[in-house]
Amino acid sequence: MKPLTFKPKSRWREFIGEKAISMSAYAALVAIFLIFIFIFKESLPIFTDPKVRQEASLDRLFLKQPFYEDSERLWVWQPTSDEPKYSLMPLFIGTFKAALIAMLFATPLAVLAAIYTSEFASKRMREIIKPTIELLAGLPSVVLGFFALIVLASILQDTFGLVFRLNALNAGLALGITVIPVIFTIAEDAMSAVPHSLRDAATALGATPWQVSLTMVLPAALPGIAAGVVLGFGRAIGETMIVLMASGNAAIVSGSLTDSIRTLSATIAAELAEVVFGSGHYSVLFFIGTLLFLFTFLINLGGDLVLHRLKERLQGRSS
Amino acid sequence: MTHSSAAISGLLCLVATTIAGETITIKGSDTMVRLGQRWAEEYMALNKTAVIQVTGGGTGAGVAALLNSGTDVCQASRDLSAREFELASKKRIAPLRITVALDAVAVYLHKANPVESLSLGQLRGIYTGAITSWRDLGGPDHRIVLYSRENSSGTYVLFREVVLKNHDYAPEAQTLPGTAAVINAVAHDRYGIGYGGIAWESNVKHAMVKPTDTSAAVSPTDANVSRGEYPIARKLYWFTNGEPTGELARLRDFVLSDTGQQIAAHAGYFPLLTNVVEKTEMK
Repeated sequence: MKPLTFKPKSRWREFIGEKAISMSAYAALVAIFLIFIFIFKESLPIFTDPKVRQEASLDRLFLKQPFYEDSERLWVWQPTSDEPKYSLMPLFIGTFKAALIAMLFATPLAVLAAIYTSEFASKRMREIIKPTIELLAGLPSVVLGFFALIVLASILQDTFGLVFRLNALNAGLALGITVIPVIFTIAEDAMSAVPHSLRDAATALGATPWQVSLTMVLPAALPGIAAGVVLGFGRAIGETMIVLMASGNAAIVSGSLTDSIRTLSATIAAELAEVVFGSGHYSVLFFIGTLLFLFTFLINLGGDLVLHRLKERLQGRSS
Repeated sequence: MTHSSAAISGLLCLVATTIAGETITIKGSDTMVRLGQRWAEEYMALNKTAVIQVTGGGTGAGVAALLNSGTDVCQASRDLSAREFELASKKRIAPLRITVALDAVAVYLHKANPVESLSLGQLRGIYTGAITSWRDLGGPDHRIVLYSRENSSGTYVLFREVVLKNHDYAPEAQTLPGTAAVINAVAHDRYGIGYGGIAWESNVKHAMVKPTDTSAAVSPTDANVSRGEYPIARKLYWFTNGEPTGELARLRDFVLSDTGQQIAAHAGYFPLLTNVVEKTEMK
């Protein structure tokens, strides 16, 4: 056999190529870092500026406040009122409700679809199903939001006789559609990555295909599926356009999933265009941005760690 | 061949005028975007060298742009607040207020809603959350579903001033991006109520409004608004940084001329009664 030969490149070309690639990687890193610094810097007055603190100190953001004399303590988001009220709690509750519904809706569907695609589908079906679901991820969220606003909201209201047409359920279901491909792709990859030697061993011991997939492949891929769910949750928290259009944006504190909600991200989108630079309202919106950044960063980091550990575990076993 | 070269020279011309600094930017109220565009189109048809860019974003966005010297004209569906004037003087900007048209805010109801008229007091009760059922207004025994604009909207501020007397909206009020979204929501919601520009053709019912509980209901028609009888009306403004000069001054004169005011009327707004309303005012 003829030995493979590579034509040696000149050293300095290789050097430049290598540096260019590492430079672009560092540029991305620096950009992320600078963006975070900027957002954090704009929210700093909440901690430092006495004038802003009077309107929006941390306890005003997180604790119940009595806004008028003798009135009960409440969480209220009314930033453009005569006396601005900046309780973040209604926004947290709204964000959590929407993400919860999205996850409850998307997780079973995505995991079941992943099991079917990786374990039971014929090769041809697999090649149809996988790209189709992944195409969902490319669907512009404004289109989904519009669909939820016009069609889904009416269907839900007519079916369940809801008081509010635009509500957490409506927004959560639409949000779930964007989460499905995130969970599906990662779960499917994790299950396909379970080595064939394991499957063959299980089959050789007399396990049926069902037993192989449910008792062997699924547990082995569980960290991957968990990572998919976590990343999907991150997506559901940060998604803006759908909740802005489909949730009704009323900052209500309640446990009901059919009340209207207002989420953190939609609040930034709806209000940032109007605020005066440097005002308390402006700082609070950037503070919300900082929180969202931290949440999604930690969630994604957690998901990546779990995925990384899964890969090591599977590769360790198969070798 | 000649076609493309004409296009290229046209493009060059455009670039040249842009560089020459003849571009006028107009930014602000979403309620007024269509109006501003109509004026800009007509003006550019008459003056071939003028380039006018019109964008929306909300009155607040327009004001912010004016204060940051990011626009020549700020279209506003409300007056500037004392705080905004204070900020302007700090930034050495002298906002000049020009009243350019009239507008009224209509109250939208679902077509199947039996309620025909509401007093300002009832509207205040509805939007502050004191009145929660249509039964109290002569309608069906069902909870009222409130639709509102997001708080960057001038219409939101106007409604809060005129109708709510600066009380807060009820937390249950759902805020939607844009008048079209509010109309759409009310059109689909039998128990919904919303408010917004009167000019929007839509499949909702415009409620008649009583200035007081005992007075007669006034429907939001052109005549009633122009005569000042419809209670939820407002002036629409342009704010410029100081007295306009050059192209901008000519544009201002065009907008305030009979032709300009006719365009406003055609676009669904209400012309200024020139003998009644002041034209400009320095703040």
